Amino acid sequence: MKKTTATAAKTAKDRGILVFENTSEVIRAENLLKQHDRSIRVMGPPPEIRTGCDLVIAFPLIEGLEILRLLEAENISPLQVVPVTGPLLEPVNIFFTTDYGQFLMVQAANMKITVDQTSLRVVNVSGGGCPDVPYLAAEMVGKRLDEAPSPRSIGHTLCGYALQLAYEEIVRKCSR
Amino acid sequence: MFAVVGTVPDKNFPLRSGPVCLSGGKLIMGDRRGDLRVPVNRGTPALLASAFQVCQFFDAPPPTAYLVGDIGTGTGSRSLYAYLEEKIAGECFTSLTFHYIQPDVDWHNRVLFAAAQMAEPPVLIADAGFMYAAKMSGQAGAYEIFTPDIGELAFLADADAPHPFYTRGFIFHEPERAPELVSQAFKHDNAARYLLVKGKTDIVADATGVTDSVTEPVVSAMEAIGGTGDIITGLLAAFTALGHDSRRACIYASTVARMAGALAVPDPGSPVVDIIRHIPRGLEQFFSKNNADK
Repeated sequence: MKKTTATAAKTAKDRGILVFENTSEVIRAENLLKQHDRSIRVMGPPPEIRTGCDLVIAFPLIEGLEILRLLEAENISPLQVVPVTGPLLEPVNIFFTTDYGQFLMVQAANMKITVDQTSLRVVNVSGGGCPDVPYLAAEMVGKRLDEAPSPRSIGHTLCGYALQLAYEEIVRKCSR
Repeated sequence: MFAVVGTVPDKNFPLRSGPVCLSGGKLIMGDRRGDLRVPVNRGTPALLASAFQVCQFFDAPPPTAYLVGDIGTGTGSRSLYAYLEEKIAGECFTSLTFHYIQPDVDWHNRVLFAAAQMAEPPVLIADAGFMYAAKMSGQAGAYEIFTPDIGELAFLADADAPHPFYTRGFIFHEPERAPELVSQAFKHDNAARYLLVKGKTDIVADATGVTDSVTEPVVSAMEAIGGTGDIITGLLAAFTALGHDSRRACIYASTVARMAGALAVPDPGSPVVDIIRHIPRGLEQFFSKNNADK
């Protein structure tokens, strides 16, 4: 094991950055997220960030889906949401599709969703590693695509976000 | 004795630790406060149910579970991390398997440090969210085995990605490129001593590259079924606890999972518990066909 201590400084590797148009948006977002007990910090932007104001909000990247939902409910829209480790990184945008005949599976990043093409029911959700994945599966499996809650509406994490992308893709494919 | 750490998708499920068993398709966790029954759909309950099947088959002690309810808010996970930081150093397990838990690098480091204080440091296996945190922490080398799928292998191979969601597009997670991704993961110190990559072909790899591939039996529907990766990790945890070396445990876990899958004859809509039910027969077939060392 590499040297570590129980009191290791809070690492930035699992943080994300919310970039806003202006400082007043930053302050509104900061107040809102603190009211919801989110572990956030206002800081200066990294040099790779060329847009927005000179303040950004660092947040636990894994909680991105829930944080965006909180902001959206108050009509606060960040210009960008990026990881601290790589502000130029973008969400995965490659989908893999497997057609089993009766069933269709779409994978986005580490998440897969499978639908019965006859009934359009979600029959399985697999992959992922965050705790909302089993929860999302429990809420979605067995329901028709147009009845099932979207991962965006009830998920909390980046795995939930990846499932949302796979869900949108499979809805698109099934509506053709 | 081995332990598994993870979550249950029920925000009201309390933090509990103790041995588990499988009965009537439910995972049972009992203590003086009464029994808790957990459906075995996917995730950590599926892992524990699979591990239990191996223990029962070999008449070995059941797995000890550290479980808490968490639906993705991280609240339950943080309480479990804190509990482990306080308690784990005083425990005695041959292996510790970490599974679905909210990835948090700081908490990961605290728990890893506490585990290193155990009188006999256990074999560490990480899958799912805890594996993400292990990679991000830069402490992957402290682990004996990671069990990624091909998408997660691409994440381990990408030095910059903080989560599989941000794996860069030019690092294609295509099965045929798995050896290259394995090499990158080790190059960037983002791999455990062994990787068991779960997919159409299951791959066992170490720092020298791919050492073993498991392709048979082919049960193509298993890829779509939520929880099949959890079966493999559960079998792996149990085989490791039974004393098999890591490489052999990986091969056994992969093959027995496939055999149980073939016996279940699933379709992509089947629930994972249908496959878990067939693990005892899969074990029977595997050890008789291969005359393998139990």
